[in-house]
Amino acid sequence: MAKSKDFAAWWYRRGRFGASHIVLGVIAVTMLVPFMWMVLASFKPLQEVEQLNPFPSQWRFDNYSRVFEQVPFARYYFNSIFIAAWVTFLTCLTSAMAAYAFARLRWRGRDTVFRLYLATLMIPGVVVMIPNYTIMVKLHLLDSYTGLIVPASFGAFGTFLLRQFMLTIPPALDEAAAMDGASPWQIFWDVVMPLSRAGLVTLGIFTFLGSYGSFFWPLILIKSEHLRTLPIGMLFFDTVYGRQTNLIMAASVMNIVPLIILFVAAQRHIVRGVQLGAVKG
Amino acid sequence: MKSRRHELRAALGFLLPNLLGFLTFTAGPVLFSLVVSFSNWHLHRTIPFQWIWSGNFLALLRDPQFIMYSLNTIYLMLGLPLAVAGSLALAILLSQRLRGIVVYRTLFYLPTFTAGVALMLLWKALYNPEFGAFNAVINRALDLAHADQLVRSLGGAGVSAPTWLLSTKNLWGLEAEYVRVGPGQWGLGARDALIIMGVWIAIGGNNMLLYLAGVANIPTELVEAAQLDGAGRWAIFRNVTWPQLAPTTFFIVVMSCIGGLQGGFEQARVMTQGGPAGTTTTIAYYIYTKAFEEFQIGYAAALSWILFSAIFVITMINWRLGSKELSY
Repeated sequence: MAKSKDFAAWWYRRGRFGASHIVLGVIAVTMLVPFMWMVLASFKPLQEVEQLNPFPSQWRFDNYSRVFEQVPFARYYFNSIFIAAWVTFLTCLTSAMAAYAFARLRWRGRDTVFRLYLATLMIPGVVVMIPNYTIMVKLHLLDSYTGLIVPASFGAFGTFLLRQFMLTIPPALDEAAAMDGASPWQIFWDVVMPLSRAGLVTLGIFTFLGSYGSFFWPLILIKSEHLRTLPIGMLFFDTVYGRQTNLIMAASVMNIVPLIILFVAAQRHIVRGVQLGAVKG
Repeated sequence: MKSRRHELRAALGFLLPNLLGFLTFTAGPVLFSLVVSFSNWHLHRTIPFQWIWSGNFLALLRDPQFIMYSLNTIYLMLGLPLAVAGSLALAILLSQRLRGIVVYRTLFYLPTFTAGVALMLLWKALYNPEFGAFNAVINRALDLAHADQLVRSLGGAGVSAPTWLLSTKNLWGLEAEYVRVGPGQWGLGARDALIIMGVWIAIGGNNMLLYLAGVANIPTELVEAAQLDGAGRWAIFRNVTWPQLAPTTFFIVVMSCIGGLQGGFEQARVMTQGGPAGTTTTIAYYIYTKAFEEFQIGYAAALSWILFSAIFVITMINWRLGSKELSY
């Protein structure tokens, strides 16, 4: 008797889990199909892109090399990664230093300044874009790496995130280091920074992502071809060669492959980072 | 006393690099843009500079485009409740002890993680009325069903696949240029296409991860107690899960509203140029065209402050409602 009841429970659970798998599977396929279409279209001859048959009749691997022939795609890659690397480095360093001053040092006016930082988090980016653009015009930094890197490297957000992180590190540690005669810089660099590694990695990943995908600022700042980043280069490619859907898809695939590699490599950090509120907006 | 002064100097040293950048590129520009919004500043044309005080703001109230683009922005935000509800449903499904959870989570998160110009070009290609994959499927289905002849024989005007990003039609039947329901405007158009894409991108994204964390934090005793009382799954959701997730939902709604109000720029620039007939132009895209295509810096600054005020007010309202909701 008991056995049949167990069996019923097992059957019920199996049915429920089966139904969950069906729902989740259907949604997973919905997520995946556009990506599959993109990859398959990137290998097709142009006239086959519009056909219902998902697979190319002949695999055109040279679509990818043709992208490099038509636009300086390698340059776009370099620019995007070069700029993102600098922005990430500067943001992490300056945010960590500021966060240390807010979380660990006691000084008059600290909370007022911090509240000023917090207050700017709600301001839409476009409010500051307009004056920043005119500043760049005045400083003759339009169309330069400096103009692309520097204004993006001082977010209040990173400071806020790392401050929250540093507050969880026991203060006894830096008090002990101070007793041993360590200077504030030594405490920062040798005690607090190593313990903030997880927070720095999280901030680093999301800053890199934000810069790699950033669109508005490069769009208004870049005039010459050799400075174009991937998003701007792709937009230009689409405007000029937009009819060649197969090549556009090849370029899109090349654009998102580094992101997929990053996600697979750092998934744990990314998921936790989102759950800690590391993503703005 | 001496050590405190020492700390102040150290703090200044640590703060300085970031503070300088913050003052130059964030705090300063915010004030600067407020000041500029009271002027008629034009960047490239030789209109004499003048303080016109409330002039830009009064002009905004009479700017029919501003009103239309505000409504477009709100229209495009209609996908948000759908995406949030979907994220919640997915998070609850993923919170069961199932095999392959990480695989599902990865696939669901993929569109959010890769979102950007590349994905927008992909969706632009998918939506292409002649060559796109969507209409290839829809046209085949209509052919197989003989839908066009069927509707014509019943006296209708015939059926054809939507033209997506090229169409001003919409699910609410609104006219493109005026705020009223127009004949023949009912259907699927550019705005709906952008909403569908937005839901696809966002449904398994950050909100789902936040809900997953929220569900994981619900004390198991609460669920077990409810089960012992014989509560069904819906009752558990209604009385345990949903109230326990209220802070998460509140955060997500606030962030979605903030994001939605200032959103729509990238899609408009990459996929539609704000068209057709301005139906996909949002406030953010309007500011961009005013500032960086027409160089009316003063007017654009005023617009951006109106946008900021709207975000501020809505956040405050959410806060009020939220704290009332959360207090019991």
